[in-house]
Amino acid sequence: MMRPTDLTLAGALDALAAGATSSVALTEAHLAAIAELNPQLNAYITVTADAAMTAARASDARRAAGQAGPLEGIPLAIKDLFCTAGVETTAGSRILKGFVPPYESTVTAQLLRDGAVFLGKANLDEFAMGSANTTSAAGPVENPWRRTNDPGTRLVPGGSSGGSAAAVAARLALGATATDTGGSIRQPASFCGIAGIKPTYGRCSRFGIVAFASSLDQAGPVARTVEDCAILLGSMAGFDPRDATSADLPVPDFRAACAQGVKGLRIGVPAEYRLDGLAPEIAALWQQGLDWLRDQGATLVDISLPHTKYALPTYYIVAPAEASSNLARYDGVRFGARVTEPGSDLRDLYERTRAAGFGAEVRRRILIGTYVLSAGYYDAYYLKAQKVRALIRRDFEQAWERVDAIVTPATPSAAFGIDEKQDDPVTMYLNDVFTVTANLAGLPGLAVPAGLDAQGLPLGLQVIGRAFDEETVFAVGAAIERAAKFSALPGMRA
Amino acid sequence: MVRAHYPRKPFPPKELPLSLDPATVRRIAALARIRLEEPEVAQTQAELNGILGWIEQLQAVDTKGVEPMAGGSPGATAARPLRPDLVTDGGIADAVLANAPDRQGEYFGVPKVVE
Repeated sequence: MMRPTDLTLAGALDALAAGATSSVALTEAHLAAIAELNPQLNAYITVTADAAMTAARASDARRAAGQAGPLEGIPLAIKDLFCTAGVETTAGSRILKGFVPPYESTVTAQLLRDGAVFLGKANLDEFAMGSANTTSAAGPVENPWRRTNDPGTRLVPGGSSGGSAAAVAARLALGATATDTGGSIRQPASFCGIAGIKPTYGRCSRFGIVAFASSLDQAGPVARTVEDCAILLGSMAGFDPRDATSADLPVPDFRAACAQGVKGLRIGVPAEYRLDGLAPEIAALWQQGLDWLRDQGATLVDISLPHTKYALPTYYIVAPAEASSNLARYDGVRFGARVTEPGSDLRDLYERTRAAGFGAEVRRRILIGTYVLSAGYYDAYYLKAQKVRALIRRDFEQAWERVDAIVTPATPSAAFGIDEKQDDPVTMYLNDVFTVTANLAGLPGLAVPAGLDAQGLPLGLQVIGRAFDEETVFAVGAAIERAAKFSALPGMRA
Repeated sequence: MVRAHYPRKPFPPKELPLSLDPATVRRIAALARIRLEEPEVAQTQAELNGILGWIEQLQAVDTKGVEPMAGGSPGATAARPLRPDLVTDGGIADAVLANAPDRQGEYFGVPKVVE
């Protein structure tokens, strides 16, 4: 039999159902892999080994009793942005060090309901603000991939869900939860050679997920295949009355959608994503992906999304504005860290706590957000950005009259070095140039590994779909996956 | 939902400044309740100006007559049904206070506010 850590999630479910393995065996193998590789990769902030083994034994007992859930016995990593009852949840920030939530997020509660086993909490950029997983208070995560012609340079896994993506790529989990506010699922999935989907805004409950930018945040899975993502999303999604923006819609059979094929689908190719200076190998991979879809019976349609170039600046008003409001709760009074000096008054307590508790990027975004919401500037920045956001959404609505899905590159580059791109915040922000539009418009976006660059690093393609039409997104993503036959493996893996 | 920190009406829209000065940087940090040491002001000013200069390009977009998109809903914002106005939670003071840095009985402790 295959080594347990090399199974896909679907393959592990089959092996469990056939009695060829047990949750205890799967969980032990993944904990052993974590013990071996996590000291180097730093993909997990917290490993809950004892709780995982207890959960695995309980899972095997449920299966023996004929009560197996849809994810029965599957070991997962949980991004440390999801509140997990009784398990420290830090959001990658000093200000939440030691915070132990008394409640469970809806998404993780649904995964537990369906039988999943949690291995631990995955590293991330602080408060999910970053594209390289270099802003975490728990330290950077290392990508398990290295350049073939430069094997000494440690690369970033992308961000903000860098720990989730690195853990799955290195076989330290069969799948992981992640979140995506501007690309935080799709960009790290691409950098690590795995799949990931940000579903439609409202598909997954945000209850119990540490908030960054509430009108953009969505939870989703990362896993090694498109089908594995579909299985996980089936458990994570669904209406939750505790999130007022949660959509009261039935959850489709995402897994079945992966086999639908693309015959007769119209695939949009947006002119504005052909950026000046786009790396030739990324342009070539994009064309290759489109050719694969055409060969499988799809029609390619040139489309225009004219406000694309304003998406990133719009995002960098909307997201910091919402973050400055959401992060006002970290005041050193009700939970989290507190920093005072002798004689501190309440205001000094707030200011010292927040200066010491937040890292540089989080402080920067709170300050930007505070400024664009401040008296006299609200209309010029925030209201203006909301209007441009409406135009970006309208671009997509017009495209959906002509196409069923849109295919683009997932990222403008492959993974870069941990010490690169750190000097200028705006350079780092450009990582999300292809992904951020789906967040602004609220649409589902999936990243699927499609090839390698000249240095042997994975590159992904992105599929964007209509609101609440993840099924077509999965169908197109799975079609690309079948054609790409992506089988390269990272050098560092269990 | 994000709201302006102050009522909007009494403040006429200002001309967007070409760049933030140190006094404005200190004022923003004070509004955000983030202590900024004096040696940090210059670098913060440079970083914020870099970002603001970049997002300035939005002013070029014609948004006349465009309804602002509030919230993340991908479709027209359908009215959401209101839940019954009932107490659904409570009586869990220990859970609420479990992470308090300074618990005082059933209260959160803070430095003395009233002299």
